[in-house]
Amino acid sequence: MKKLLKGGRVVDPANGIDGAFDILIADGVIARVGRDLPVDGATVVEIPSGLVVCPGLIDMHVHLREPGQEHKETVASGTASAVAGGFTAVACMPNTSPVNDSATVTSLILAKAAAAGLARVYPIGAVSKGQKGELLADIAELKQAGCVAITDDGHPTATALLLRRALEYAGMFGIPVVEHCEDPTLKGDGVAHEGYHASRLGLRGIPGACESLGVERGVLLAELTGSHFHVAHMSARGSMRAVRKAKEAGVGVTCEVAPHHFTLTDESLGTPVPYDTNTKMNPPLREAADRDAMIQGIADGTVDVIATDHAPHHYDEKQVEFDRAPFGIVGLETAVPLTFDRLVHAGHIPLRRMIELLSVNPARVLKLPGGTLSEGAAADITVLAPDLQVRIVAAKLRSRSKNTPFDGWQLRGGVAATIVGGRVVFQNEDVFARA
Amino acid sequence: MTTIGDQIDTTPAVTSLRRKDLLGIADLSPEEIALVLDTAEAMKEVGSRPIKKVPALRGKTVVNLFFEPSTRTRTSFEIAEKRLSADTLSVAIGTSSVVKGETLADTALNLEAMSPDMIVLRHSSSGACHLLSRICRSAIVNAGDGTNEHPTQALLDALTIRERKGRLRGLKVAIVGDLLHSRVLRSNIHLLTKMGAEVWVCGPPTLVPAEIRRFGVRVTSQVDEAVADADVVMLLRIQLERMEGAYFPSLREYFQVFGMTEARLRLAKPDVIIMHPGPMNRGVEIASEVADGPYSVILDQVANGVAVRMAVLYLLAGGAEHEEAA
Repeated sequence: MKKLLKGGRVVDPANGIDGAFDILIADGVIARVGRDLPVDGATVVEIPSGLVVCPGLIDMHVHLREPGQEHKETVASGTASAVAGGFTAVACMPNTSPVNDSATVTSLILAKAAAAGLARVYPIGAVSKGQKGELLADIAELKQAGCVAITDDGHPTATALLLRRALEYAGMFGIPVVEHCEDPTLKGDGVAHEGYHASRLGLRGIPGACESLGVERGVLLAELTGSHFHVAHMSARGSMRAVRKAKEAGVGVTCEVAPHHFTLTDESLGTPVPYDTNTKMNPPLREAADRDAMIQGIADGTVDVIATDHAPHHYDEKQVEFDRAPFGIVGLETAVPLTFDRLVHAGHIPLRRMIELLSVNPARVLKLPGGTLSEGAAADITVLAPDLQVRIVAAKLRSRSKNTPFDGWQLRGGVAATIVGGRVVFQNEDVFARA
Repeated sequence: MTTIGDQIDTTPAVTSLRRKDLLGIADLSPEEIALVLDTAEAMKEVGSRPIKKVPALRGKTVVNLFFEPSTRTRTSFEIAEKRLSADTLSVAIGTSSVVKGETLADTALNLEAMSPDMIVLRHSSSGACHLLSRICRSAIVNAGDGTNEHPTQALLDALTIRERKGRLRGLKVAIVGDLLHSRVLRSNIHLLTKMGAEVWVCGPPTLVPAEIRRFGVRVTSQVDEAVADADVVMLLRIQLERMEGAYFPSLREYFQVFGMTEARLRLAKPDVIIMHPGPMNRGVEIASEVADGPYSVILDQVANGVAVRMAVLYLLAGGAEHEEAA
């Protein structure tokens, strides 16, 4: 069973390729990349001109909510959302119920993912048993079962000592510790970024320093242990400064930024809908200087990865008082349009850099087999439509939850098709109907 | 900016609140604020009659939905509603409904099913009124939401100041106390700055909201500086549990540094007035001699609360236009 992708601009930063190439897929694997490849019995897939063929996008920060919170999302609905958003693989966080701190839970997630047959799923295991911040989880067991990193995401690792041990121990397996950076005492019962808008609306504040303290702690411990520390969903300018300095000093630190943190600011708390609980996430939407620092870090290479922190919540849970609503928004199906519109078309980064941030680098950070169109690699391919006019409609998201602040947004740039293991798992009718 | 204040202090250009809800002072124009105050002055007269009742809201149903304990505000709204001949009921829910698991939205929608015309809401969460405003047909009147706003308190404060000083514009108003946790502060800042007063706010830096300067006020931690030549000194309640949050070391020290004493008050204008939204902590934010002294207008504030709430309810129901149509 062979497939030949013909036409389109192939951008494969890992191999320094950017140009008009054909891609031959055989048995789910990339067999050849070259100009004017012979059809030779393959099914030809014509890529309309103007589209971009790139290695499959990878979202390394997703909450699939299964097991335990299937009313918000399941592995099946989450991976359907992923492929509709152009992601051929996701890494899912362990704060499920029960927590993914054992091979049993990891295997369950992998079995559900295989049954769904959409995006690849790479579970991330817990740092501590039950994410309670006391004993280390069975990390060797998790790694063997298929976990690609560990984290107590949702919360920071409870103590500096535990984080140190986790770094040392995980280092033995060559997997990173992904950290939700936050000083819990500074966060207190805060619900929004501490600044003018929270003050005006009477919302309890969370200062940027709350996150940056956690980043500084992790950087120092990464230096101490020589292990790989990855900063999740970074939002504050002080954090960016800390990561930049650490990288200059050669410390093994990487970081990710979520699209909402390079797009929105805390001004959205009050407008257009005051106290919209879809503007409540942790870390919170910060002020313009922080948003601009995120864009700067993305442009200058300090930021390794764009990851969504896809956090589905049922609408009942969000239709409550702002301070009682859970933190988080869905992100899988809005990441590509936001990245195109706000970063690429806005002139902050070239297309190649976008693909590094969404594919090459997450694969590198988690040591996954994707992020490349090399011959012999699995045929995980995303076809992007850089000029597609996209209208975000919350009700039409594939995710089981619709909690997005981007409902109704008109953005330029979207996903044309998603191919996993040589199989087309998503095709955007808006693109192919027009072609 | 100043000329608008001049005009509307005397001649309001609007005759009703053309809005469904009163969520906060932030949404009101100076003209609307002046209209409420002028209407409240007229409403005061009703309270001095032997039969304290007008038929303005006859046939209207008003629900007072209070999720937080409140004596003053709830009583004041109830009296205001009764003087306007509304059918009223008060639902004090406390925290029991939360324990039972019913959401605020469901509680409100259940009440709505019984077709009230207005819901007066007091709630511990900022923005609770905005949530109800989006899902309810009834007019929502904010009786205090979290640390966001307490609009009728600011309106009654303004009425009290205007009665004593004849104006709001150009007055120096010093607001001293727990600024961070105060909805009264936010409503008063919006109102007083819109009406052209010079607002100073003062408290320990631990209790000052971030970027408060951007509200158009002067900020200081030196209480003497705030009080100097002030026309109005407004004190905000210091909650006793704030010590546990390490906002300040002790009530004794708070009183030492920020407490309003007769000695401090001598720095203000000779005809300064002292205000407090209540409930007071004597010997913490205010010395008893000041609270009970000749400058204090604290009980006038309470009296004006009824008139202001009558005015708000009357104007939200359509005001004179509604009466003409009826």
